[in-house]
Amino acid sequence: MENYFHQYGLLAMFVIVATAVPIGMLVVSYLASKVSIRPHKPNQTKSTIYECGVEPIGPNKWVQFDFKYYMYALLFVIFDIETIFLFPWAIQFGKLGMFALVEMFIFVMILLVGLIYAWKVKALEWGK
Amino acid sequence: MLSENLWFHNIYCFLYTGDTAISGCSNATGLLPESLNWMPYYIAGFSMVLVLINIFMAFGALYTYAERRLIGRFQSRVGPNRAGPFGILQPVADGIKLLTKESMIPDQADKPVYNLAPIIMLIPVILVVAVLPVGEGTFMTDLNIALLFAISITALTTIAIFMAGFSTGNRFAMLGAMRAVAQLISYEVPVVLSTVGIILLTGSLSLVDVVEAQAIPFILVQPLAFLIFIIGGSAEMNRTPFDTVEAESELIAGYHIEYGGMKFAMFQLAEYASVLINSAVITTLFLSGWEGPFSFIPSPIWFLLKMFFMAFCFIWIRATLPRLRMDQVMSFAWKFLLPLSLINIFVTAIEVLIFGVNGTFTQGDLWIISGINIIVSIIGIVIFSKILEIDSGFNTQFKVTV
Repeated sequence: MENYFHQYGLLAMFVIVATAVPIGMLVVSYLASKVSIRPHKPNQTKSTIYECGVEPIGPNKWVQFDFKYYMYALLFVIFDIETIFLFPWAIQFGKLGMFALVEMFIFVMILLVGLIYAWKVKALEWGK
Repeated sequence: MLSENLWFHNIYCFLYTGDTAISGCSNATGLLPESLNWMPYYIAGFSMVLVLINIFMAFGALYTYAERRLIGRFQSRVGPNRAGPFGILQPVADGIKLLTKESMIPDQADKPVYNLAPIIMLIPVILVVAVLPVGEGTFMTDLNIALLFAISITALTTIAIFMAGFSTGNRFAMLGAMRAVAQLISYEVPVVLSTVGIILLTGSLSLVDVVEAQAIPFILVQPLAFLIFIIGGSAEMNRTPFDTVEAESELIAGYHIEYGGMKFAMFQLAEYASVLINSAVITTLFLSGWEGPFSFIPSPIWFLLKMFFMAFCFIWIRATLPRLRMDQVMSFAWKFLLPLSLINIFVTAIEVLIFGVNGTFTQGDLWIISGINIIVSIIGIVIFSKILEIDSGFNTQFKVTV
């Protein structure tokens, strides 16, 4: 148990320092503007968004994007859950043996049918 | 273990006042009172954390120099050579320049998210260092879920990239962010599945166990997984064959268009440091980590040599290959890498069933497995590249009609 706390205590320290480093970089950058190492002169033109030099037109916040992105998101969720099941299976595989192999083969095959279906209905095509 | 480290040991003994038999300190007359004897471990550990992160950040900065210099050589240019001897102070010059640049936040930007994105981008890159076994008995933590930790913590970059693209309100940044999410989650699946073969062979998620299980390097035992990992890795780092996320000629620069000054530097640092991290993870998983053929060279040196070689390979890939189209990038992940990674898992599982005795392998068994796997991977790659070629209509697309 002491070993457990030693390991995760160090990891917690890593998290703290890893968070402090980027925040520190931003703070240094902010302080640099206070002691006028870094200029800070905002104006109307500067604070518009950059669109290849022409003035931006229309409501800027939103863009239209392809419906295909949802398809990939759905497929990702399916196969990510598969990987979640594969990790514990792989660790214990040496003890579980043949039964686990057949079980996991059936499970992956069921998911693969989904992938083949998506492939056939051209959900994986980008521009078509 | 960490307590064998000389630096750690000296600080620890300087503070510790307890029983000498437990701590390993020669004379137990420490600085702290005896009631605080739980503290020396954490204080010494904290100093090691600071040292390690500083070394890593310095490597990350030097890597930007190495990359620019080598890309220059690959393209028959000189590369940066003005600041300091051979231009080695170029990262310092870049840092000072970016610090003195005005940071402009667009009016319509979502300011908290805008400022949070570079922080979240940099945190996971630094955190992975915590679980890397750098040398024999030289590591910060030996978590029993180290591999899972490394994979899951690096997946945070997807969120950071989307936050950056979304919060600025720029259309090109938004398009880049959408592409980034689609691409990164697509390559996440084959990369994670390719590590399952290694877990099958070692039966553990601890990276120390993975290195110790490598009687021969897993690049020979798992060639298909190595290929998938290196391709998926360069896709997850948005490097050139797959840099549709920040394609300069299409999307200006993708998700970090509106970032300048220190925040831009943080994005760049995270991107370049992630190459080193990825090289280190590949070294641990596939190139037998700290182990080397000659024992007179200390083990961390072997680790660093292999890591820098892998980083060089990533620069090499970047300099050699042109950018793919977005549809090619996506279909490559789903139609080529994903089926191959599943084949790799089941072939490895069958081999574990045949050769494994209580989950351990002799060196001879590993050589036989590697022979089978190399043949399987060549056949798999040939078949699936043929399928991909037929599916993309490459043959019919360029047929000349008379």
